[in-house]
Amino acid sequence: MSADLTGLAYLTAAICFILALRGLSSPVTARRGNFVGIAGMVIAVAATLANPHVLSYSWIVAGILLGGSIGTIIALKIQMTALPQLVAAFHSLVGLAAVFVATAALFAPDAYGIGSVGKIGTASLVEMSIGTAIGAITFTGSIVAFGKLQGLVSGAPLVFNGQHLLNATLGLVAAALLVWFAMTESYVAYWAIVAVTLVLGFLIILPIGGADMPVVVSMLNSYSGWAACGIGFTLGNTLLIITGALVGSSGAILSYIMCKGMNRSFFNVILGGFGTDEGEVAAGPTDRTVRKGSAEDAGFIMQNASKVIIVPGYGMAVAQAQHALREMGDVLKTAGVTVAYAIHPVAGRMPGHMNVLLAEANVPYDEVFELEEINHEFSTADVVYVIGANDVTNPAAKTDLTSPIYGMPVLDVEKAKTVLFVKRSMASGYAGVDNELFFRDNTMMLFGDAKKMTEEILHSLN
Amino acid sequence: MDPTKAVQAAQASAEASGTDSLIMLFTVFMLAVFVGYYVVWNVTSALHSPLMSVTNAISSVIIVGALIAAGPVEVHFSKVMGFIAVVLVSINIFGGFVVSQRMLQMFRKKS
Repeated sequence: MSADLTGLAYLTAAICFILALRGLSSPVTARRGNFVGIAGMVIAVAATLANPHVLSYSWIVAGILLGGSIGTIIALKIQMTALPQLVAAFHSLVGLAAVFVATAALFAPDAYGIGSVGKIGTASLVEMSIGTAIGAITFTGSIVAFGKLQGLVSGAPLVFNGQHLLNATLGLVAAALLVWFAMTESYVAYWAIVAVTLVLGFLIILPIGGADMPVVVSMLNSYSGWAACGIGFTLGNTLLIITGALVGSSGAILSYIMCKGMNRSFFNVILGGFGTDEGEVAAGPTDRTVRKGSAEDAGFIMQNASKVIIVPGYGMAVAQAQHALREMGDVLKTAGVTVAYAIHPVAGRMPGHMNVLLAEANVPYDEVFELEEINHEFSTADVVYVIGANDVTNPAAKTDLTSPIYGMPVLDVEKAKTVLFVKRSMASGYAGVDNELFFRDNTMMLFGDAKKMTEEILHSLN
Repeated sequence: MDPTKAVQAAQASAEASGTDSLIMLFTVFMLAVFVGYYVVWNVTSALHSPLMSVTNAISSVIIVGALIAAGPVEVHFSKVMGFIAVVLVSINIFGGFVVSQRMLQMFRKKS
């Protein structure tokens, strides 16, 4: 295949990827978009296999079959609640692959037309080392994020003295090594860059708390794109550059949306140290009284309501309560009650996490609303059912200047006639602050497991 | 001018314009960033999870670099590197597209 034809094929693939993302503007077009994306990938791979440097197919076919079957099996078996850690794991693979490809280019530059061993152009060496560095940071960073999301390491932020100084020093060391490598093409410098940035990836993510993972996962998504870009520059491949730029900006926008959802700056999240591990009981006024209710009470109130808004959070995912929740919604709808779902941008452990879980439980997507769409409707709701969410409903974010979550956009659930709040205990949320809502007159606390409580309410409704 | 000389001259000028090609790549890069920016802001927030898995799958287009490394007949270090990279990104490509499809299948309207 001539270089022109390959170039055209790559351009077609790039357009397919853009259309795949465009399709995601609506659930109606998204499925078709995904197939266009697959087509783009097939075109890209086919065009590359026709490259004159690709002469032996046995390893390639074996590699694709092996990786493809592992990937397919994982994707088919994975529980939707485990989606955030799956995505984190996938990001780590892109990062690692970027390191391997850059290494291959360093040891066999002639195959990529970027010179010969010992005589690679300075620009290529710079791009190569940047691609490797971002790839390595993405790899280990994603592993830490995976560990935190999977519960293998504590979700609590790990902070120690001199942490930021250490990271900054490592960053400077990596930059110095990069200069050394670009000037000498020294393998020692190259491996040193790989080692330092691998360590850096670990250290950057360790201090970031569990509930900040939506930002981290988006950020690593972005990094994996920039790593692909770096490799694209190294190899002079426009398809890699375009795709990397698409993915990079996508992840950056998601990080921005998540940060805005918490009213925190990107740097505040990245520098870490925010939040407690879940389940910690906040110190503070514990002598205040709350109104407790049973599943029967909740069922009775809901039955007599005309409008119920459900506010799900990460706790719903942990308890796998989405199916019971949908059944409860169905029973209410049959009884003539209007049911809607309100999703906070940072509910869950990744962007859009709650939407996927509700869709999994067959909740129609036109019953699910974002914060801006539904916030004005709480005042007209008879009942709000808060299940597994906490900080995102805290009215203190609007009034208490001293609260760590002050200024964060919250769902105005307290404006409803009755707030039913499902919770295992009086423990504080991620931000480590008491929720004012618990002590309001119109709040009824339902203590118990989210799934069990919802099932009991369902039982009392029937 | 005889054709071989013309080709040589063209090659020489192409080599001399090495910086230009870097600018070209950078141009493509910046335009793609803008395309990405506008396309992604149009993605509905309900589909942000599939957006992550789709972008994850397409960023595995890095397989293009891996295939070239894994392609030569003789076995050497680069080929091994390329092979491992092919396995890794294949997990991603198949896993990413399949899990996206699974998610997107679930988004249904009121029946």
